[in-house]
Amino acid sequence: MQYTYYPGCSLHSAHKGYDESCKSVFEALGCSLQELPDWNCCGATIYMSNREFTSLAVAARNLALAEAQQQDLVAPCSACYRVLNKSNHYFHNSGELLEKVNGCLAEAGLHYCGTVRVRHPLDVLINDVGLEIIRHQVKKPLHGLKIANYYGCQIVRPEHVFDDCENPMTMDNLFESLGAENVYFPFKVSCCGGMLMTTTENVALRLSKEILENARENAADCIVTTCPLCQMNLEAYQRRINRVYGTRLSMPILFFTQVMGVALGIDEKRLGISRNFYRCERLETIARSASESHYATTVNA
Amino acid sequence: MRIEDIQVPGKLSKTETELRVSFLEHVGMIPGGEKLKACIQCGTCTGSCPVSYAMDIPPRELIALFRAGDLETIFRSNSIWTCASCYACQVRCPAAIKITDIIYALKQTAMERKIYSRKFPVHAIYNAFMKNMRRFGRLNEPRLMTYYFLISGFWKAFAFLPLAFRMAVKGRLDYRASKIKDIKNLRKILKAAEQLDMPVEYEVKPYMESAVGYKAVG
Repeated sequence: MQYTYYPGCSLHSAHKGYDESCKSVFEALGCSLQELPDWNCCGATIYMSNREFTSLAVAARNLALAEAQQQDLVAPCSACYRVLNKSNHYFHNSGELLEKVNGCLAEAGLHYCGTVRVRHPLDVLINDVGLEIIRHQVKKPLHGLKIANYYGCQIVRPEHVFDDCENPMTMDNLFESLGAENVYFPFKVSCCGGMLMTTTENVALRLSKEILENARENAADCIVTTCPLCQMNLEAYQRRINRVYGTRLSMPILFFTQVMGVALGIDEKRLGISRNFYRCERLETIARSASESHYATTVNA
Repeated sequence: MRIEDIQVPGKLSKTETELRVSFLEHVGMIPGGEKLKACIQCGTCTGSCPVSYAMDIPPRELIALFRAGDLETIFRSNSIWTCASCYACQVRCPAAIKITDIIYALKQTAMERKIYSRKFPVHAIYNAFMKNMRRFGRLNEPRLMTYYFLISGFWKAFAFLPLAFRMAVKGRLDYRASKIKDIKNLRKILKAAEQLDMPVEYEVKPYMESAVGYKAVG
């Protein structure tokens, strides 16, 4: 299976670990990712909420470039995924809008017909590759690892394309089949504060604190997420949360592809786990252990 | 609102009329935006909102104020800038109102008309982002933060220095901005799109029943 890959700005700078692990996991499962040539920033929430039409035109440039590749577009960053998906949705709804946008794209010699499908890696892994095939590739089952699955807002809302918007289960099912234990985690789709962390910090710190504390109360070893901004807020601001609220949190926050990569027996260096601030000891023990080749058969029996 | 406007019942002020036209134009772009008139004031949005405790006017009241013909009060509050875009209200609304998108429409009107409280630095990060986009075509987070601090107050940068250091140690801080190859054409697209996005001058209409409340959205 071949996909066009749209890494987005944050995967090229602050979240290289997500980029590296995403590529490694797809490669291990026999899917190839080809980076979209000369992609531009999707515009993110900021552009979308401020200059809507301009943001649609900016997103349309990426979609038009992706259309030439004739493959599904995979966007791992939740904000990119949501913006590209939402713009696509707008274009499907209004031919007039698409025409106007095409008028702008024509300045650069581009044209978008509206045929691209925007996908999230989680969606691709569950619905295209399938849990059965993933389970057969497991080299180091995640036995004993307690995971809090944190989906964040933007992959399930506002359009719930591949999962429920109040109680998504795709990531829970994925890690269950990899042998991990999912802890009770009612904050799985709560907001971490997003962009507010820079502008109205006190509000965002409180939201992030609630998520982190809930994961700790439920004895999770780590929080696993799909969104770079959530990872940043929960991980990089933990010290500040500890200072402001007097808590003693040191919760590792990992990307779902990083944890998955460990289960698939991929070398830690190719997953960028060392780029995270907090080490997850149980995951490191699993990564060091010898690989088991009979995992899929034992599960089936 | 000026005192004369209050004394003449049923007259909308000049700004108010302009704001309404501009806002409704933005709402018109949202697929399903006209459902705004279906609000039953149940408060599910306010109840679902994780940040409503920090807003001076919660989401349900935003719609009530719009209906009552008082958009100016909304723009002078911190509410629309406190929204974290989590879409919790939008997916739960029993009347299927696109509340988050409507808050975006409010933000657009506020930015267009430059009506926002100077206390909130949010507009600064918006401007910084757009500058970055025009220059490189991609976002460079450290540069975005630098622009932001220059506009909103450089002393705030000091609190971020330890974090920046930790990020740099882990190889996650890259100040070199990567520029896209076809930046010239992207700028052309941006220019063309921004022209269509530009605020239009509106003529001031006297009060009409059709300009307020449900009737304003058809």
